[in-house]
Amino acid sequence: MRKSHFFLFYLLFSMACGVLMLVHASMRSRAELPRLREKTEMVKRFGLTDLCLFTEASYTRHPSQADFHTPFQNHPVALEHFPSGSILAPPPHLKMRSVRESVSDSKNLKTLTGTDTNAETDHVD
Amino acid sequence: MWIEKQGNIIDFTLSSLLRRKRKNLALISVYMLVIFFFASVMFFTHAIKKEASIILKEAPEMVVQKMAGGRHELIPLGYIEQIKEIRGAHSVKGRLWGYYYDPVAGANFTLMVPGEGEVEQGGIAVGKGVSRVRFLDEEDEMEFMASDGEVFGLKVKQIFSPESELVSSDLILISEEDFRKLFGMVKGVATDIVLSVRNPKELSTIALKIAERLPDTRIILREEMLRTYEMVFNWRGGMMLVVLSGTLLAFIIFSWDRASGLSAEERREIGILKAIGWETSDVILMKFWEGTVISVSSFFVGVFLAYLHVFFLSSPLFEPALKGWAILYPKFKLIPFIDFYQIATLFFFTVVPYTGATIIPSWRAATIDPDSVMRT
Amino acid sequence: MNMIQLLNIRKVFNMGRPNEFTAIHGVSLSIHPHQVTALKGPSGSGKTTLLSILGCMARPTSGRIMLFDREITSLPERFLTEIRRKTFGFVFQQFHLIKGITVLENVMLPAYPGGEGYGALRKRAMEILDLLSLSKKASSRVEWLSGGEAQRTAIARALINRPSVMIADEPTGHLDSRLSQEFMQIMGRLKQDRKTILIASHDPIVHESETVDRVIEMRDGRII
Repeated sequence: MRKSHFFLFYLLFSMACGVLMLVHASMRSRAELPRLREKTEMVKRFGLTDLCLFTEASYTRHPSQADFHTPFQNHPVALEHFPSGSILAPPPHLKMRSVRESVSDSKNLKTLTGTDTNAETDHVD
Repeated sequence: MWIEKQGNIIDFTLSSLLRRKRKNLALISVYMLVIFFFASVMFFTHAIKKEASIILKEAPEMVVQKMAGGRHELIPLGYIEQIKEIRGAHSVKGRLWGYYYDPVAGANFTLMVPGEGEVEQGGIAVGKGVSRVRFLDEEDEMEFMASDGEVFGLKVKQIFSPESELVSSDLILISEEDFRKLFGMVKGVATDIVLSVRNPKELSTIALKIAERLPDTRIILREEMLRTYEMVFNWRGGMMLVVLSGTLLAFIIFSWDRASGLSAEERREIGILKAIGWETSDVILMKFWEGTVISVSSFFVGVFLAYLHVFFLSSPLFEPALKGWAILYPKFKLIPFIDFYQIATLFFFTVVPYTGATIIPSWRAATIDPDSVMRT
Repeated sequence: MNMIQLLNIRKVFNMGRPNEFTAIHGVSLSIHPHQVTALKGPSGSGKTTLLSILGCMARPTSGRIMLFDREITSLPERFLTEIRRKTFGFVFQQFHLIKGITVLENVMLPAYPGGEGYGALRKRAMEILDLLSLSKKASSRVEWLSGGEAQRTAIARALINRPSVMIADEPTGHLDSRLSQEFMQIMGRLKQDRKTILIASHDPIVHESETVDRVIEMRDGRII
């Protein structure tokens, strides 16, 4: 067999596998819908706010509920005490800029987040 | 004609690559590893983000927390009435939740009081992760130590399905009476308050009104919760970066050597090809196929392995980072939310630069005069 | 009709630099078809340079080149490459075979960019190899060939595009007398096939060979 034909077959085979992968992915995600609904239902029923990814500390278990009194406040790019810190960024509500975006009225920012000026100087980059 | 020409040139390219079998195999392996790693991160991140965005759409629209000294504090239930007075706010409810450190397993659990009638007094419903680390079955009793030192048992009434681990792994649902007894929490306070807003457009207005009326609180919007998970895997440092930079560095050294540093031998060969009648464009075409053969071979294998790794084997390579210091490690199978664009993006950020890096340095070598062979 | 005609060709290397030197000083020459022409002269006499200009590999600094009475001096590279590929076959002093690939692939290599069908190309390559009694070696790598076999592989490679002109630069430089004689015999056979042959050499075996019809002597970039 010619080498170029071999390569062509390999290429076609790979592409076919790629298509198969996409098909498999879409079939799987469709098949997973009931279980996805189960999770969604649970979140709604119990009023959950976070995914259970890292259980080592309160601010990694519920990052969206974390307050300023967490290691996140040190510096946004500080190396984290926990390995999960290298995966999950500080939640947006701890970064002033994100809050500013979410409530477009920046005048009332301080009252909304209820933080002191000290915290602000820490987090505006 | 055209296709035959490509076929012929690929023939030669492959023969030529096979001459340095070991070196090229090493290159392909490292390249594959880099793609595998990037693709794994991409698949994992995208799947988590997508799933979080679907699941957390049903999270409380707004959470109100009382702050004291920069820390989250218990909130008086009286605040509920004050919030209810604001027009547009509805289903205002106090939430009771907290963390319990279990000395037996050495793990942290999340305790939560669900709505009325979900769990009866003396019973609990636990996540799969809790049942795993505490070896619990239904109808088993789990012991808790209350804040006053009293040890009491609660019966496991339900274990949540393994499919729901992504939200429920460390969860223990407990009745309000037992919760207050366990943590010594007086009546009249809650952990925080959740509410919904009738008209989403009024969200920020209502948030501001609450902040004005209750200056000692802070408000977390659902939008912010959702955005928290958009920031998963941001590579701001840590071990993942260390792992990645190692492979990346090896790859850069390799491709630098292969692509930019055309050896004297390769230059000589290009000279011969020119002398026997190849055009500059034919030489570049050959180099293009060389880059393509290497990067495409690595690309597909890398992507397939990453798919296998993330969606079939639940990302064992990320486990050390995900697990961290946690005793209770949630086991979840991610839903393969992938699309063509993700793969195309990965392709354009890996295959295209590499192929380009192979062609560009050969450009100059390809323009050498054909008679250079005769002069040496 | 003249096969190739050179008119007042000059070739200057490193023009404008201190090491500028003129390799060819205004040479005019006609090459007749179906003949074996030998360029004779000591090294540095400009044989190789003249050969590469005759073979459209290098451009002259000034002067004109006619191929089949058609002016080709100022053609762009692309056309020149195509003419070279279709008209000329080259045998180099050091053979310049590509190492690590087979004899067959080496022979087929000049035809690859032409986009000819693989089957037809392979068949033709095998025929040429057969003619040069190399068919047994077709799938061996070129490193394992003897000097004579490498020489014949180089000839086979030069023949693959059915050129009308064969150009050989010091072909016997690395061969012993017996192999040099053998080379001239092959050239004789090619002449019978009505090929035009140009050989640059300072080897007496070449000049004195019966096959050679015309010897052009060169010295210091001029024809004597």
